[in-house]
Amino acid sequence: MPAATVSEREESQAMATPERTRTAAPLLKVEGITVRFGGIVALDGVSFDVESGLVAGLIGPNGAGKTTLFNCLSRLYKANEGDILIDGRSIVGSTPHAMPGFGIGRTFQNLALFQTMTVLENVMVGCHSRTRADFLGSALRLPWIRSEESRAREDAIEMISFLGLDDVAHVTVASLPFGTRKKVELARALAGKPRLLLLDEPAGGMNHDAVEELIALIHDIRERLGITVLVLEHHMNLVMRVSDKVIALDFGRKIADGTPDEVRSDPEVIRAYLGKDA
Amino acid sequence: MIRIAGLTRRQWAALALVLGLAVAFLLPMVVTDYRSFQFTLVIIYAIALMGLNLLTGYNGQISIGHGAFYAIGAYTAAIMMDRWEIAYYWTLPAAGVVCLVSGFLFGLPALRLEGLYLALATFALAVATPQILKYFDSWTGGVQGIVLFKPDPPFGLPLSQDQWLYYFSLAIALVMFWAAWNLIHSRIGRAIVAIRDHPIAAQTMGINAPLYKSMTFGVSALYTGVAGALGAIVVQFVAPDSFSVFLSISFLVGAVVGGLASFTGAIYGGLFVVFIPNISEEISQAAPWAIYGAFLLVFMYVMPSGIAGFLRRIGAWIARRNAS
Repeated sequence: MPAATVSEREESQAMATPERTRTAAPLLKVEGITVRFGGIVALDGVSFDVESGLVAGLIGPNGAGKTTLFNCLSRLYKANEGDILIDGRSIVGSTPHAMPGFGIGRTFQNLALFQTMTVLENVMVGCHSRTRADFLGSALRLPWIRSEESRAREDAIEMISFLGLDDVAHVTVASLPFGTRKKVELARALAGKPRLLLLDEPAGGMNHDAVEELIALIHDIRERLGITVLVLEHHMNLVMRVSDKVIALDFGRKIADGTPDEVRSDPEVIRAYLGKDA
Repeated sequence: MIRIAGLTRRQWAALALVLGLAVAFLLPMVVTDYRSFQFTLVIIYAIALMGLNLLTGYNGQISIGHGAFYAIGAYTAAIMMDRWEIAYYWTLPAAGVVCLVSGFLFGLPALRLEGLYLALATFALAVATPQILKYFDSWTGGVQGIVLFKPDPPFGLPLSQDQWLYYFSLAIALVMFWAAWNLIHSRIGRAIVAIRDHPIAAQTMGINAPLYKSMTFGVSALYTGVAGALGAIVVQFVAPDSFSVFLSISFLVGAVVGGLASFTGAIYGGLFVVFIPNISEEISQAAPWAIYGAFLLVFMYVMPSGIAGFLRRIGAWIARRNAS
C-alpha cells in the first residue's frame, strides 16, 4: 500500500525521476560532510544514505553534531567539505529557499512559526513553494491567482484536518499551547508536499500520551502521505519504535548506522550514551 | 459568532467602510475649498503612509528615507508637466514606475542590512535628496523649484479645482488601497509578513527573502512616489527644501501613530501628519513644535499600538463585555 502512494506522488512531481527511485537509489545521500566552526570540528566526514520510503532516526548525545547536520541539510549552514545529494542531485550549491524545490521540508527544534498569523495562514505559507502568484497578479487579484489561492487554501485545510487542528484553524498561533504549535509546524512542513521531511526533536517537551500520538503520526506520514522521514530525536524510545534505520553520531563522527536493534546493541553507541565504564 | 448590537465583526467592518466612503465622498460638498485642499493632502499622505506601512508594518523594514521617494515622484510629475507639457494624470503611472525601479535598486544592496543599519542607510537617502535635486538644476529648476498650474475639472463637471483634485486623489487612493489589500491578502502578502515574523523559517518554506524584501521596498516606493506626484499636482509647486529629512521622519511618525500593519492606520496617520502641526500652531504660535512633541508623547502613551490598534482594542473590549 505505501509503495503505491509513493509512486503516485512521484509521478505528480515534475523533478522526480521514477526510474532512479525504483532502482532503490537513496533519496538522501550524505557524503563525507565536514563542518568546522573556527577550530572546532562539528561534523567530521559523516556519510549515510536514507532510502526512499523509510523513516530514519538520527541520534547522539548533546553536541554530537545532529543539529549542525540538519542545518546543513536545509542549507542554513555551509559544509566545508562533502556533498549532499537528493535523488542524485547535489544541493550544496543551492540557497536555503531552493530546498523545498528539492522536496525537502523541515520543522524546527525551537518552534519557528509566524507568530502574528493564524494557523491557516501559517500552513498556507507552507504551500509557497508550490504556488506561483506574483506581485502584480496578486495586487490585481487576477482570476488565475484566485483559483490558485483557493487550491492552496484547500490543501492547507486538508493538512490541518490531517493533524486534527480544524478547531483552531483561524486562531493566531501566538495564543496556542506549545503542543498545538508543534503540530502547526508539522502541518506547515507537510503543506509543501515534501519528499523528505526533516523533524528536529519533534518529541521535545512532550508528555507520554503526546509521544504515543506522535509515533502514530510519523507512521501515518510515511504510510498515507508516502513521505520519507529523517527524525532527529533525544527520545530513544520514539526513535527505536518509528525508525527503519538509525544513524548515531558522537563528537561529529558517525559511530553506528543500521536497524534499531543493531544500533541499540552497538558497543560504541552504548559507550557514547553511558560513558566508558558501562 | 460574537455579535455587537446584532451585527458580527465583519458586518461592522463593512458598515464602517460604507460610512467612511460616504463621508469621504460628501466631505468637499460641505467644507470650504481650503479644507478640501487639506483633506486632499490627508488622502495623499495616506497613500504615502500605506507604502511605508507595506515596508515597515508588514515587512518589518524601517525606513526613514521615504521622503526621497516622495520627492522623486513629485519631481517626475513636475518635470513631465512643466518641460514636456504632459497631462497631469499621465504623470502618476510614470512616477510609480520610476519609484518602483529606484526603490528596488536601492533595496537590493540596502536590505542586506538589518534593522537600525537599514534605517541609517535610508536616512542617508533622505539627507542626500534635497541637495541632489539642487545639483541637477537644469532639470529641477534648482532652489527655485518648479511652479505648476492647477488642472480644471474634466467633462465640464460642476466642481471647483480643489474639489476636483480631492475626488481625483480619492479615486487614486481607493484603487491603490484596493491593490494593497489584495497584495497583503495573497501568497505574496503572506510571504512578506512571514519574512518579518521569522526570516529563517520563511526561507525554509521556499521564500526568496532578499528578492521579496527588495520587491517590497520597490512597491513601497511606488506608493510613496505616486503620492509625491499627486502632492506636486495639488500643491502646484515643488522645491528641494519641501523634501527635507523632516518629511521622511513625518512619514515614519504618521505610520507609527496611525498604526503599523493596518490599512485604516494609514488614514489616521495622514490626518495626524496634516492636522496636528496646524492644531499645534493654533495652540502656540511661539512654540508649535513643542506642542507637536507633546501631542506625539500623548499619542504614544495612550495608544502604543497606534490609533488603529487602539480602536481595535476598544472594539474587542466591547465585544467581550457583550459576550459576558
